[in-house]
Amino acid sequence: MNATIAMITFRAMLGRRRALLLLALPALLIVLAVVLRWTGNDDLDISADVLQQFGLATLLPLLALIAGTGVIGPEIDDGQIMYVLTKPIPRQVIVLTKLAVAIVLVAGFSVVPTLLAGLLLTGTTAQLVPAFTVGVLVGGVAYSAVFVALAVLSRNAVTIGLLYALVWETLLGSFAPGAKSASIQQWALSVTDALTPASPVSSSVDLGVAIPLLVAVTVGAAFLAAFRLRSLTIASAE
Amino acid sequence: MSTSTIHDIGYRHYEGRRSGRAYVMRSLYVHNLRAAFGLGRPARAKVMPFLLAAIMLLPAAGSVAVVAVAKRPEALMRYSSYAVTLQVIIAIFLATQAPVLASREIRFHTVPLYFSRPVGHLDFVLAKLGALATALFALMAVPVTVLYIGGLVTKVPDSWHQFLHYLAGLAGCVLFALVLAAIGTVVAAFTPRRGLGVAAVIAVYMITSTFTLIIQGIAEHQTNFTLAGWIGLLAPFNLVDIVQVRLLGQAKSAVDVPSGTFSGFVALALCALIVAGSIAVVYRRFRKAGLS
Repeated sequence: MNATIAMITFRAMLGRRRALLLLALPALLIVLAVVLRWTGNDDLDISADVLQQFGLATLLPLLALIAGTGVIGPEIDDGQIMYVLTKPIPRQVIVLTKLAVAIVLVAGFSVVPTLLAGLLLTGTTAQLVPAFTVGVLVGGVAYSAVFVALAVLSRNAVTIGLLYALVWETLLGSFAPGAKSASIQQWALSVTDALTPASPVSSSVDLGVAIPLLVAVTVGAAFLAAFRLRSLTIASAE
Repeated sequence: MSTSTIHDIGYRHYEGRRSGRAYVMRSLYVHNLRAAFGLGRPARAKVMPFLLAAIMLLPAAGSVAVVAVAKRPEALMRYSSYAVTLQVIIAIFLATQAPVLASREIRFHTVPLYFSRPVGHLDFVLAKLGALATALFALMAVPVTVLYIGGLVTKVPDSWHQFLHYLAGLAGCVLFALVLAAIGTVVAAFTPRRGLGVAAVIAVYMITSTFTLIIQGIAEHQTNFTLAGWIGLLAPFNLVDIVQVRLLGQAKSAVDVPSGTFSGFVALALCALIVAGSIAVVYRRFRKAGLS
């Protein structure tokens, strides 16, 4: 960990209007939760559905994509990463610091709003809220690691990330069950499923499979990012 | 336009023919249209638009193949449902290419270079929006045309009706292209940071569509079909589908549409409002950009 890199990255991510975009997305989840509670549509089925569809399947991948690629992608693109890479700081420290910043951002803008929305919707019924909070958090860690690695690997990181999050996890998941099992979203849902007795939450992956996969993907992506950053070629900007 | 513009600075006078406003607009339009598919830029910029265009063609080709091999004409996808079915791919294309057109000049502070030449502010904006809309139209209309030609070749019955549906489908594509281009350009013009524009555009799409789906699900559950239909106005794809269903006489492709022709006119008016509002907003944005 390197405090200076962390501070610079935070400033780049939260400076000026950028924080607004990060804030607007979770605000919508809270608004939806308030409206549903106000109109009396806050039974367990709807609440679980909203938390899963909006919190876990939409908000989390989006914010992890913005945070994960945002902490390192723009710097690589415009060559500013050179100013960091030419300092005597080990590359893995740089990657880990960036990853930690991404995880903190995802936790702040995705896990906390999910927690708030859950409390607004269900209160403490069926441990739904802690279950989703933990599920979103572990999912967020894995997503962040994958998207940071993608940002180091490719200039098209955001698009590839979108294709993965939207096409692979959502579209293919509804046609091909195999694709559904190989998705961070389902693994995170599996963790949630294990923590709550509520029946509307069910995952296609066993907890015993999901946790090793989550750990393996997170660690693997972090290693890959550190490894690739050691031999990064800086091409000219587009 | 007066003959004396900023680049006549007195060293050498230009006596030749001036190509005029139409030429300027056409040049900008062609340049932006090429940029939308990464033409004239490095190979890295071409990968994504063409990959997405190829993905767009797959279901059409598959559908035609099924009709041809299995001799089941009813398996041909409906023309008006194509864009709604593949909305995720279209949204990703919009998200990756809208910032290419709308963010780069702002990011690199090169907008004043355009406007120090005889380029009108409005022409500049219209050329950008038109180019993005054309690119999106091509993305949707090519697979729909493949479907139609495939239907002709495999002799799907009732060819006159197929033709009418095809025309309606194309009209729907035009509307989809205009509305999406308008939304994408506005969002991208306000998020010049690299990578952020892509995320912002996709966020607008995903948030609106997920929000609408959840409300529609709850409203249907309570058999409140009026609300389920009208809330569809909030999601871009659902909005255009309302026009397709109520004014162009197509079958429903989105989850819910409100009843009555009136709702079609409301949706069409909203589309027009989005496009006009977007032109106004982007016009203001580019006029100010780079001057500070």
